[in-house]
Amino acid sequence: MAVLELNSITGGYGDTTILKNVSMSVDPGQIVVIIGPNGAGKSTAMKAVFGLLRLASGSIVLDGEEITNTPPERVVRKGVCYVPQTANIFPSLTVEENLEMGAYVREDDYRPRIREIYEMFPDLAEKRRQAAGTLSGGQRQMVAMGKALMLEPKILLLDEPTAGLSPKFRGEIFTTVKKINAAGTPILMVEQNAKQALQIADHAYVLVDGENRFEGSGKDLLADPEIGEMFLGGGRANSNGGTGDAS
Amino acid sequence: MSEFINFYFIPGLILGSIYALGAIGITLTFGILRFANFAHGETMTLGVYFTWTLIQFCLHTLGLEMSNWFIILILMPISMLFCVVVVLALDRGFYKPLRESPTIMLVIASFGLMLMVRSAIQFFWGPQLKTVLPGIQLPMVFFDTIRIAPKHIWIILSAIVLIALIHYVLTYTKIGKAMRAMSDSQELARLTGINTERVVQATWVMGAALACAAGVFLAVDTQVETMMGFSLLLPMFAAAILGGVGRPYGAMAGGLIIGLAEELSSYHWIGDGALLNPGYKQGIAFTVMIIMLLWRPSGLFKGKVF
Amino acid sequence: MSLDLAYGLSLYGVSLLTMGGLYALLTLGLNAQWGFAGLFNAGIAGFFGIGAYTSAFLTTAPTMRHIGGYDMPYVVGIAAAMLVAGIIAYLVGKVCLRLRSDYLAIATIGISEIFRLIVNNEIDTTNGARGVSEIPKPFEHWPEPYNQIAFLVLVLLAVLIVYVLLEVARKSPWGRVMTAIRENETSAKAAGKNIETFRMEGFVIGCMIMALGGALMSQYLKFFNPAAIDPLTATFLVWVMLIVGGGGNNRGAILGAFLMWIVWSMTELLTSWLPSQWETPWFTLNDLATRASYLRIFLIGLLLQVFIQRFPQGILRERRPSFSGD
Repeated sequence: MAVLELNSITGGYGDTTILKNVSMSVDPGQIVVIIGPNGAGKSTAMKAVFGLLRLASGSIVLDGEEITNTPPERVVRKGVCYVPQTANIFPSLTVEENLEMGAYVREDDYRPRIREIYEMFPDLAEKRRQAAGTLSGGQRQMVAMGKALMLEPKILLLDEPTAGLSPKFRGEIFTTVKKINAAGTPILMVEQNAKQALQIADHAYVLVDGENRFEGSGKDLLADPEIGEMFLGGGRANSNGGTGDAS
Repeated sequence: MSEFINFYFIPGLILGSIYALGAIGITLTFGILRFANFAHGETMTLGVYFTWTLIQFCLHTLGLEMSNWFIILILMPISMLFCVVVVLALDRGFYKPLRESPTIMLVIASFGLMLMVRSAIQFFWGPQLKTVLPGIQLPMVFFDTIRIAPKHIWIILSAIVLIALIHYVLTYTKIGKAMRAMSDSQELARLTGINTERVVQATWVMGAALACAAGVFLAVDTQVETMMGFSLLLPMFAAAILGGVGRPYGAMAGGLIIGLAEELSSYHWIGDGALLNPGYKQGIAFTVMIIMLLWRPSGLFKGKVF
Repeated sequence: MSLDLAYGLSLYGVSLLTMGGLYALLTLGLNAQWGFAGLFNAGIAGFFGIGAYTSAFLTTAPTMRHIGGYDMPYVVGIAAAMLVAGIIAYLVGKVCLRLRSDYLAIATIGISEIFRLIVNNEIDTTNGARGVSEIPKPFEHWPEPYNQIAFLVLVLLAVLIVYVLLEVARKSPWGRVMTAIRENETSAKAAGKNIETFRMEGFVIGCMIMALGGALMSQYLKFFNPAAIDPLTATFLVWVMLIVGGGGNNRGAILGAFLMWIVWSMTELLTSWLPSQWETPWFTLNDLATRASYLRIFLIGLLLQVFIQRFPQGILRERRPSFSGD
């Protein structure tokens, strides 16, 4: 059974419809990537999962349970953790305090989990008492992801984790994503850096204009000339890793 | 030298502590609830008048003796509780319905509450002046030069204790960290699963308790009257802005700076007369505020800029 | 009903309408700032006071008690009041208008209070708390009741002129830009409009109208002192008038002003008829009249809250969708 299913979801913000009958699924253990041009609705689809907008039709199913239109504070408790593209850490809190806040809804002792996170991200262990806002861009992303992992979620949603990062750090982020996945968490990721993202993707969906256009395994899509033409063309539209689509 | 310390520096410290305690509530409300709470001063006034009633009750009905320590350690916490209850009720009735409305509506509501609370106080207690402690206490002599009244020692010590408590809550408790987190980013706090309504309530509780204390200290230092809260509003806002909106430690620093500046301004730094006509003391807070808003709106400690 | 009583009542009615009209000017001025430009000015009292004092200084006879005393005609006083207020509004605006609404509120209330502080302290210039008296009043040498009626007509005329001018402005291209800015600042900016300039214009115009109200008020009462620059009656009450009447539209502003003034004034009358004491088995409330006046303020504050929560658009809704939702 899929961990997460988006079944024909349609919706947007206010009166505008951005997503039209979009469907996707994430199976246990997978890294699933959503790519597409700016304004395609990639981030919107992710926000729909997390309850940040109201869907007009369609359903979102987590581990067999329907969570359509459930508000964020409850979706978190069901095991979905979301790392937004911007403002994803508490800058004036220390790294350790950020992780503690990530564990806010947990009732049990979360300290073992913090140790696990530090093992996964050794850089953070060094800087645990430093204010998160003073870290570099790449390290901040790690804090954001570590924080989201504190709840040992059923699935992790990442919205353009490499946005605004230099090429060197981008590689690190993708490595980290693989590491997290290897440790047992399925991942749904929106990315602008299509090529690198597809390299680590088990499965990928291409959204254009709010609709499903292509899907396939990461390798297959990488090899597909049409996709290569649209999104992977060297140095032009997408590989500068813009700040993301307006959706 | 002793004149400087006794008549200018120490009063500045006292006033600064009072401003600091009040400004913490203002800055937290600004940072977490995202609006300027004009009614904060009235919480202080309410706390004082309630304390006054308690004192009267103890004196006349219970026949107890009055002293500084009794007022500050026993009666003030009761007043704080009272203020907290009132403020939570006011939030429920007048602010909560407007949580999703534009900020300006909350400001207008707080403006209205400022007048409602003050007029309620005036209705129940009448507008006349009342003193909290009978008579002025003779100052004790320390180290031959510094002379300070017992009540002032009490105020400064209590302020230090309260600030230490606040520090503890903000740094070591879950709700305190959640308050700082929500002040950083309300949206992210929500996404993280933090119970934002609980944090809002905690903010009101902390702010109301501190405001009550600040008011009682001011009354112990000077007197009780209905406009005291309003007269403190401007300096408290200035202190919060000076320290950086949303930064409790900044508000403390801001309060001390402004309090000291106000008292030290009437010292005869140059020549014979006061540097600044004492009638214009209140102008200092305002000037500081305008300068900050023009030059460095994020304040000394890099708070929020809206 | 005896003739005297009827006469007295009519004079009371005239004074009610006159004050209502003066407040209508203040409320229209506030609407120019709030309804047009979305600005929260909590310092109405200050600009009201600037207008009153400027006009008073110029129109009074020479005296040692305060500066001015140039015996100028009423019109000069009024024009000067508006000019001075406009200049100060411009300076204030330069500093404060780019601030977010609550910062603007704090800054404007600060300015208003500082102004009151200065007026109280600079006794040589302003005669301090004792205020400026014997301010000449238009038509004052006419026989009663014609002098009162003539002044009322003057005030109503002023309200009418200001209303017409504001309505013309609202429907003009300038006004439409203002509405666009108020409702959706980002797209107005994208369209290339200079938000700052438009906001400043709304702010200055509003302050000038408030100064007009102040100048006329000082002439009506023939006396003005710092107590009249009181945040309660000169700022808060005007806000209540605007919100109750209909924030965002000029007709609502006028309605709110007259309505709330009548309520305010008549409740004052009622409380003055109360006995001085109220005895119950448990306690005695003294100073009933004073206490009742606080009750009035409380109820007006409550009225404001009810309107903000239930009827944010006021009694007279604006025809275009207002921004109580965005």
